[in-house]
Amino acid sequence: MTDVMRGAAGGLSGTGAPGGSPPLLELTGLQKAYGRFRAVKGVDLTVEPGEIFGFLGPNGAGKTTTIRMIAGILQPTGGTIRISGVDLLADPGTARRMMGYIPDRPFLYEKLSGGEFLRFVAALWGKEGPDVEARMDRFLELFSLADWKDELIESYSHGMRQKLLISSAFLHDPALVVVDEPMVGLDPRSARILKDLLRSFVDGGGSVFLSTHTLEVAEAVCDRIAIIVGGEIQARGTMSELRTQAGSGADHLEDIFLRVTGGEGVADLVGALAGDAA
Amino acid sequence: MAEEARARGRVVRELGRDRLPPATGYVDTGAWALLRPKLRSKWNRSARREGGLLRLGLLGALALGFWALLFTLIYRMLLYFRGAEGIGDLLAGKLLGIGFLTFLMILLLSNVITALSTFFLSRDLDLLMAAPVDPLHVYWARLVESMVNSSWMVVLLVVPLLAAYGVMYGATAGFWLLAAVVLLAFLVLPAVVGSAVTLVLVNVFPARRTRDLLALVGLLSAAGVVVLIRLLQPERLVRPDEFRSLVDFMAVLRTPTSPWLPSEWAASTLLTFLTGRWDVFPLILLVSTAAAVLVLGGMLHLRAFATGYSRAQEGAEQQGGRERSRILERFIPARSPAVRQLVAKELRVFFRDATQWSQLILLGVLVVVYVYNIRVLPVGRDTDVSFFLVNVIGFLNLGLAGFVVAAIAARFVFPAMSLEGRMTWLLRSSPLDPRTLFWTKYAVGTLPLLVVALPLIILTNLSLEVSPFLFWVSTVAMVGATLAMTAMALALGAFFPNHETENPAEIPTSFGGLLFMMSAVGYLVALVALCGWPVYHILRSRLALTGVGAGAGLLPGDVGILPPLLGFGGAVVLTAGVITVSLRSGVRRIREAETFVGDGAA
Repeated sequence: MTDVMRGAAGGLSGTGAPGGSPPLLELTGLQKAYGRFRAVKGVDLTVEPGEIFGFLGPNGAGKTTTIRMIAGILQPTGGTIRISGVDLLADPGTARRMMGYIPDRPFLYEKLSGGEFLRFVAALWGKEGPDVEARMDRFLELFSLADWKDELIESYSHGMRQKLLISSAFLHDPALVVVDEPMVGLDPRSARILKDLLRSFVDGGGSVFLSTHTLEVAEAVCDRIAIIVGGEIQARGTMSELRTQAGSGADHLEDIFLRVTGGEGVADLVGALAGDAA
Repeated sequence: MAEEARARGRVVRELGRDRLPPATGYVDTGAWALLRPKLRSKWNRSARREGGLLRLGLLGALALGFWALLFTLIYRMLLYFRGAEGIGDLLAGKLLGIGFLTFLMILLLSNVITALSTFFLSRDLDLLMAAPVDPLHVYWARLVESMVNSSWMVVLLVVPLLAAYGVMYGATAGFWLLAAVVLLAFLVLPAVVGSAVTLVLVNVFPARRTRDLLALVGLLSAAGVVVLIRLLQPERLVRPDEFRSLVDFMAVLRTPTSPWLPSEWAASTLLTFLTGRWDVFPLILLVSTAAAVLVLGGMLHLRAFATGYSRAQEGAEQQGGRERSRILERFIPARSPAVRQLVAKELRVFFRDATQWSQLILLGVLVVVYVYNIRVLPVGRDTDVSFFLVNVIGFLNLGLAGFVVAAIAARFVFPAMSLEGRMTWLLRSSPLDPRTLFWTKYAVGTLPLLVVALPLIILTNLSLEVSPFLFWVSTVAMVGATLAMTAMALALGAFFPNHETENPAEIPTSFGGLLFMMSAVGYLVALVALCGWPVYHILRSRLALTGVGAGAGLLPGDVGILPPLLGFGGAVVLTAGVITVSLRSGVRRIREAETFVGDGAA
């Protein structure tokens, strides 16, 4: 089963990454303020070709703001974003050509069919023709959406919309894919397909920048991880580097996360609630 | 850190201590508690909006001006009626009856349509359905919401109408109290009946189909009402000489328009009070019917709402594996795939949404009624209206036809950028140049508007039999005005987007929509003045030279070069300026805008 999927996904993975050149994603002193509230306070990080970078943090830590700045939706109030060496603010067209974005909330054109939507997205990246059609069909097949290709999106379930979004982000052959909460709404089979897809995509030279609350996913999939708290990165590195940073007793990402984000009292809290209910 | 956790545990335990003893049955919240969050949200939204005071002041001034205008109009008409010995009160009663009947029809229609969203599609309903709230309280709360949402516009019209009657007949304080009671009962009736009709429909059709059906039925009926009012020729009532005899005329006036309808009860309650022949029976009929209908509505709700709501949650049906045609793309003459797909998307999204395309029917009716009105004007070759007046009316026509186009632009072009709000994530993360998006929207909006505007001005000018010179001036001016107003609508739509509503018809009723209509009217006035000034000079000099109606050639008469140069030149500069400024600032706006759905501090 996995081999079949790997085969399918392998053929689809990105080829746009220039070998041995600048990092695919480079954030320098990235800041964002909403009025007086500073949501992101100077984030620096790089994502190299061939790696899946996990971006974690508690609610309201600045994750989605950072992701939306990288996707070009929000304008930073300071710092730079480079996609494969190209400044996103100075040359947004070129930078965005190399990127695919999967948002956390699947808003789509309800009155288009799945096929029409994918064709529309490909055209936004300047692509059309038989190659696009063939790629589109392979993605729809991969996510079991082939039968739904000509149905209007208004009749899709949440998970189906998510799968359509994922397909649209990979369709134009990007070098970098930015994902916000990829697993929400996916059934176990689709979640597994996505994990394999991400892995084979980076094996082909692409990179993935992903934010998630599902720590098991982050632990299993990500090559490197950064944890953001209050708009600043508090910890970063590979799993083993994080373990060292967090000190003894923190084997799992969950323990590390709780220690970094100051949520260690969870057990006491839950205990208190349970005792009260009993 | 452990201490902090213990403190938090303590808080949780203390919270638990307040737990109420187990209770059974529904929670008695009252309908007010269910309405409060809606009011609070409205208040918060207007309080936090930038320039809220200015906005409020502007809207208030506009409403007052509108009221004053309407009041004066009706008051003058009543004054005119008074002059007709013996039949003055009858005419006034007839007018009030027709007014209330029209309101009743409008209210019924808008309540049916509004009830679908308030009772079945509103997003907070899931929460209410899951909560142990008394269904009857849900009914009251939603009914009030439905009634307010669908009746405010009618109330806005009723106030100056009743004020004019009150002032005319020197009403006492008792009249205003009575008017308030009558109005409330009059509003409750269509609200209950409308929501009951919707409830029955939803139990028969799935909600999405019901929405399409209602959009269609509603618009067809609205179109029917417009045509009906036009065919009734209300202007005939003011001209008794058109009836065969006075007896016929009196007979028409004496017959109640619709004795079995609440509109008649409301009208005769108020009129008998005003004229001093107070008859309490219609009032009893009105109030008791409203009360009875309210009880029946509540009973129907208790019986049928749960199944209807459940049915409304069923998604749209699949179309069954049929492959969708891609012929559309082949006919779009654009080289870039992005532009081609953008245009195809615009057309598909519009024509697959019944709530959108069905508005075209109403539009068609309005255009036909407008052209018909111009046709029945007593002007033209075989009448004795002067050549000069025809040309003045010709310019008035340019302004009015321009206003029709502005209204269409407000409905279809103004919401264009707002409707992309939820898709910003895709459009902004793609390498698509915002300019391409904006210009494509401009082209897609302008072409259909030209298709409406050109026949409109050409047909009406032919009916008016204006001079060829004026014909060409107004046709060219109309093309310019259409290009300018589309640009204005698109740009202002980008500056004042509304991403929250799911109903595109609501978007133009916002502050930005109002601003657009005011700017469009201002522009039209300037355009008509700039074009009219030289034409006035030219026609006058020609009249002086050749006499009435003769020599209607293309060449200007002997007026010198200054008026045409300044007038037509000014019109061209104004139009070009509006187009350039709108398109430039619109593109800049969407390049820089950040206010999109869900972009809170996250």
